Amino acid sequence: MPMRIGTTTFNDRIEKGINDEFMRDSVRSAQERLLGKRLDAAEELGSWEDWRNLGEEIRSHTLEYLDYYLYELSEKVKENGGHVYFAKTAEEANHYIQKVVKRKNGKKIIKSKSMVTEEISMNEALESIGCDVIESDLGEYILQVDDHDPPSHIVVPALHKNKSQIRDVFKEKLGYLNTDKPEELTLFAREKLRKEFLSADIGITGCNFAVAESGTITLVTNEGNARLATTLPKTQITVMGMERIVPTWEELDVMISLLSRSAVGQKLTTYVTALSGPKSPLEGDGPEEFHLVIVDNGRSNIIGTEFQEALHCIRCAACINVCPVYRHVGGHGYGSIYPGPIGAVISPLLGGYEEYGELPFASTLCAACTDACPVKIPLHELLNKHRKNIIEGRGLSAEKIAMRGFQYGTTLPILYQVGTKLAPFLSLPFQTNSFLTKGPGPLKAWTTIRDMPAPNNERFRDWFKKRQKEESFE
Amino acid sequence: MSEQIYNRESFLTSLAQNLGRSTPKTVERPTWKHQPQWQILKNASQDELVTVFKKQCETIHTDVIETESDQLADVIHERVKSYNGKSISAWKDERFHQYDIFSKTDATIHKWDPRMKDNVAQTESADIGITFCDLALAESGTIVLFSNENQGRSVSLLPTTYIALVPKSLIVPRMSQATRKIHLLMKEGEFPATCVNFISGPSNSADIEMNLVVGMHGPIRTTYVVISNL
Ligand code: SF4
Repeated sequence: MPMRIGTTTFNDRIEKGINDEFMRDSVRSAQERLLGKRLDAAEELGSWEDWRNLGEEIRSHTLEYLDYYLYELSEKVKENGGHVYFAKTAEEANHYIQKVVKRKNGKKIIKSKSMVTEEISMNEALESIGCDVIESDLGEYILQVDDHDPPSHIVVPALHKNKSQIRDVFKEKLGYLNTDKPEELTLFAREKLRKEFLSADIGITGCNFAVAESGTITLVTNEGNARLATTLPKTQITVMGMERIVPTWEELDVMISLLSRSAVGQKLTTYVTALSGPKSPLEGDGPEEFHLVIVDNGRSNIIGTEFQEALHCIRCAACINVCPVYRHVGGHGYGSIYPGPIGAVISPLLGGYEEYGELPFASTLCAACTDACPVKIPLHELLNKHRKNIIEGRGLSAEKIAMRGFQYGTTLPILYQVGTKLAPFLSLPFQTNSFLTKGPGPLKAWTTIRDMPAPNNERFRDWFKKRQKEESFE
Repeated sequence: MSEQIYNRESFLTSLAQNLGRSTPKTVERPTWKHQPQWQILKNASQDELVTVFKKQCETIHTDVIETESDQLADVIHERVKSYNGKSISAWKDERFHQYDIFSKTDATIHKWDPRMKDNVAQTESADIGITFCDLALAESGTIVLFSNENQGRSVSLLPTTYIALVPKSLIVPRMSQATRKIHLLMKEGEFPATCVNFISGPSNSADIEMNLVVGMHGPIRTTYVVISNL
């Protein structure tokens, strides 16, 4: 699956999300539960602000010296007996992975959850050379079996599906005969997937954090699928976004503590697995061959810009779980595999304003995301910077990013589209900017929308319905 | 195929350019201004750590039994019986012999042995996996396992039930102490293992409507046996 999901317009996606009762209910209850768990976990820990400050400090330092740490990491992986491939683009990464798979004569590939492999469309690349690629994270597996339904959350990918839908998918596609009890569905998937693990030629994983000093990659799961994918197949390929690295094991501790608490409200996830190269020749399990693919795919363009902090992200989804806009439109509304506030910041950076220019406007700038972020990324400020760039008709301040997708012509339609759907949620960046009120043509629509009631006066849903009615009388 | 690093130079050069300098030869890791991790259970005694460890196990759906080494054979016998276990896969570890741990159970024992052809298959078909641990973390109810030729990764992973033996003296406050230890070993050139696992209870998933289901890809049930005199 590429970063882009769905082919419908922003408007249609949002409308679909708003009208999907189950999806919105499940998003709401998931948000509430995850939020509650995270707050409990943070409180239990005490001095949460100190932890966040430490997290921020570590991420800033690491990104400041990213080239140094990546060098060290690659040296160590080699010392451990592994191979390292630096991929500038998605194509390069996929090409290398295809080459390894072909050389190993790999047919069946078992995967543990990885956002970056989604981002680069790795599954499709492997399927195109005749491989069978099987997702093993339960949520990802459900989506895959359901004809590649896109994920709607970065930690709970099948959040938008209810258990009877899942039962029906299993029934139709896999001949499942039991009830819609989560226990039974889970057991069924366990048994199906265990067989796949035992017969897979190659295991492919993402990487939560690499440790530079020892050439280690770590995988954080509750299900244990990443352990299976790195214990049974003879070849392991790990794909990491180039920023997912820490200097030493001491920082690994901090980042994993922050991730576990912020993502799922646990002190530690059930499994944290730290792998340093292939197994030793005497060991009886683990991969004989290990490849690390380090992916840029647009990330280095963000380095040295006003958006650099976006690369501090540890993909915990805490910002998503507090976002009022996500709550209303759901993950698919964003049209990117990265939804929510962090998605609205990085999707335009990785995919350009032309594709994702609406997303920075899908925010109330209420700053709940910034407060939730365990590494203190100023998300709402970064969103505001995007808006400013778009409204003022310029690209991102670093020209190299500007080249990637921004076109002046796309600006106004973006504003118009976003405006008509999300207006009451927007606290406009430039309320005093006369540019807006004097704007010609399409901007008129935009400026009238500015006067729409604020979200606390009228719930978004109600507003949306009413607005549709009004429009139909026009 | 000998180990290789591909495309590194061009990749890192352009990264350095964006960072506005050339790649430094050395980087001093700063002393972090905030270090809250060392405050947690800072002056806790070993007994207090056991209490915290046991308490946390309630949250992570893990049974804990506290015992002494001379009772281990009975404890294992009882536990295996209650799990209805017919077969056990265990690490190759002198201590199993030393404390006669399997002397009372009737289950068949597969001792991890990489030279055996069906070593992994035997483990996969065993009802219960049993290992010692290399460290344990009180705060999160975690056991830490280092892989090596005698300590297969599969034993704590493939059977539906897993029992970990936890010498009390190996319990430290939290992950910070474990990772610092690994970091210091690293510096002395003694990296502990190709695979280090931090395990906190049985596998689980909440991917279906956020309902927690205990038992996903790894073990479905877990027991820790804390050995208070070791
Ligand atoms: S931006 Fe912060 S809160 Fe959001 S996913 Fe990334 S680390 Fe978590």
